[in-house]
Amino acid sequence: MLARAITHALVGLEPRRVEVEAHVHKGLPGFTIVGLADRACQEARERVRSGVAAAELSWPGVRITVNLAPAELKKEGSGFDLPIALAVLAASRQIPPESLESHAAVGELALDGRVRRVGGVLAVAEGATRCGIDKLLCAAESCAEAALAGIEPVPVRHLAEAVAYLRGERRPEPCERGNGRVAARAGPDLGDVRGQERARRALELAAAGAHNLLLAGPPGTGKTMLARRLPGILPPLADAEALEVTRIHSVAGLVSLQHPLIDQPPFRAPHHSASTAAIVGGGPGLRPGEASLAHHGVLLLDELAEFARPSLEALRQPLEDGEVAIARAAGRVVFPARFQLVATMNLCACGARGDPAAECSCSAQRLAAYRDKLSRALLDRFDLVITVPRPRAVELAAPRGEPSAVVRERVLGARGRLAAGGLRRTAEADELLTRAVDRLPLSGRGRARVARLARTAAALAGAEAVGAEHVAEALSYRSPAELRA
Amino acid sequence: MNELALAAFAAATGAHVVGERPGFGRFRRRFDAAAYEARLRALGVRFLARSDPAFPPLLRAIHDPPPGLFLRGETPVELLARPAVAIVGARACSSYGSGVARSLGRELAGGGLVVVSGLARGVDGEAHRGALDAGGSTVAVLGCGVDRDYPAAHAELARRIVTGGGLVVSEYAPGVEPAPWRFPARNRIIAGLAAATIVVEARERSGALITADLALDEGRDVFAVPGEITSALSAGANALLRLGATPLTSSADVLELFGLSAEPIGDGPDGDAGAILALLADGSASTDELVRRSGLAPEVVAAALVELELAGLASTADGLARAMPR
Repeated sequence: MLARAITHALVGLEPRRVEVEAHVHKGLPGFTIVGLADRACQEARERVRSGVAAAELSWPGVRITVNLAPAELKKEGSGFDLPIALAVLAASRQIPPESLESHAAVGELALDGRVRRVGGVLAVAEGATRCGIDKLLCAAESCAEAALAGIEPVPVRHLAEAVAYLRGERRPEPCERGNGRVAARAGPDLGDVRGQERARRALELAAAGAHNLLLAGPPGTGKTMLARRLPGILPPLADAEALEVTRIHSVAGLVSLQHPLIDQPPFRAPHHSASTAAIVGGGPGLRPGEASLAHHGVLLLDELAEFARPSLEALRQPLEDGEVAIARAAGRVVFPARFQLVATMNLCACGARGDPAAECSCSAQRLAAYRDKLSRALLDRFDLVITVPRPRAVELAAPRGEPSAVVRERVLGARGRLAAGGLRRTAEADELLTRAVDRLPLSGRGRARVARLARTAAALAGAEAVGAEHVAEALSYRSPAELRA
Repeated sequence: MNELALAAFAAATGAHVVGERPGFGRFRRRFDAAAYEARLRALGVRFLARSDPAFPPLLRAIHDPPPGLFLRGETPVELLARPAVAIVGARACSSYGSGVARSLGRELAGGGLVVVSGLARGVDGEAHRGALDAGGSTVAVLGCGVDRDYPAAHAELARRIVTGGGLVVSEYAPGVEPAPWRFPARNRIIAGLAAATIVVEARERSGALITADLALDEGRDVFAVPGEITSALSAGANALLRLGATPLTSSADVLELFGLSAEPIGDGPDGDAGAILALLADGSASTDELVRRSGLAPEVVAAALVELELAGLASTADGLARAMPR
């Protein structure tokens, strides 16, 4: 006897429809899963068998073959447990097979039959909606996430509940849906930063124009503290952006149970020991990397020069294209990765350079080696480079700075003006830019960066046009000679 | 072509000061001057023999002048006979040192002097760059063959020097590798080409002090840029001052010596830039300090600093802005 359940496998972020076919036939008792199932998926056999027993249903004492179709698509993870169990139960006619036609299912089974949440439910739910299926059986914890895709989630805590529901013996419990928006915004506040006027200004420009920012300077000057406060002054995500970000985080299993929708710009700060795959994505499971998890948000690389050079160079593609394409022999997946890069670094290997109270002990060779770690191509991607000086005692005794909320309002205003367009350079601004290209070591790309940054400065000032003063300010953030190898 | 044979012999044997050495007679008899010259031409290198009337007289006057100079660049050799000043100093210099070297290079080249230095990292490179900024001529003296880009990081700078109406010169034939013992010998040519030598920043026992000593031995003027007495980087320059070197406080000090006058100092910038420049007169400061002391917004201070920098009145490095000498 044959039965079929529907679920979705993920290729990167892309859901692919998978039909779980179960065939119960005469022969020596046995249970085989075919159809390119990975190890976690093969182990479903033991969980499903145990879960069915725990739900006080009978395990068919005959030969059972489960096929995950299409067979050429690799299936990964434990989310197939629930559809496999349901297909076997339908094939042995313990639930009506036709009840599975209008439902998709996803979830892992515990040995006692409980249904556990898995990652990527949002993408699975979106896939199901696209196939015209309007109900998704999933773990109760995943319901709020699935609801974001516009599907009707059916929360099941236990396999027995799913069976009772499909037999029509039990109505699904209503699940909380809300729009998932969180009113409160967590994270450190810019008000904690005393002094550091220039760095604060640079953060504001970076937030307003989504510019990449490099904070250089001796240790202990507050570079990381400043960088961590950037997300707090960014505007909240638009609905489509939020859904996109949530989908990525869902695949990585990082969404919160209460508020699955990620509506604030994400903030990711991988440690400098992170591998290339961890940063740009990939690896055997083709998971999104930190660059994708920071999509529409901020990727902080603290101690930039300590990162492995291949990891940094791999970031150049997403910085340029806003996505990461990972090619494998089996195929190619694309993860979106349009993030804002913020990095911190010391000015030399010993860290004393730029600190008036210390003497740098680096030799010329050591200094050159330190700077060689950053390719010019990567340095060129930073629109804003500032050196954060050691604050003097008077600054630390200064009153608290402007809070994030106030800065965020200005950033929102500037974003609106930038989106409206129409900011052109005045003749004086053009003249200054030309003069600067002659006098300063400024490449073609550097010139374009200065022009873009000047536009942001003009938008922040609410000016009618980009004036010479905006170009002059933008020029002050060009990467200084001392960071050039 | 006795000198060319000497230079080629020195390159072939790795010897430095070549008198009538054993083996030279044989080398000279077998030496094919025409073929060697053809090789030089292929490399784009010229040879200026000591016996040539165009050989710089100041360099000929030192007690052990080189047999000749290999030249890279198309600039006429008369450049080497023009009034020249050497700017030397530490390779690992501070931002103060590099700022002063750059500014001196610019002012002196702008005033009509040829800036001579050694193409090394730090002060040397900045002096060359400053001269190029002003559109002036500069001469780089190498401690290896002129076909060598040493240090490699300054290959582009060397190219700009020769295309910018300057010369890269060396007493060593093309192909000679840089070696530590050749640099003091190179320094005697730097000091020899220049009528005055300026030491910008030097530790005690540094190569720049060797250059200053050689200049003193030849009776040339030596200037030293005063540095902070607490900084080891300035110990050499300050020691020179104690020994009687002329303190250099502005490029006009040097220009006067040559009977040149500095460009008349304009009124200086007005408005915000003028206010910031006035604050920098008290010493270097970070942008944040300038914001606090001037009461101006950070974006205004940043724009004012760029204006000053483009005018050559200030420089920023390692997060600190400082005024440049005039």
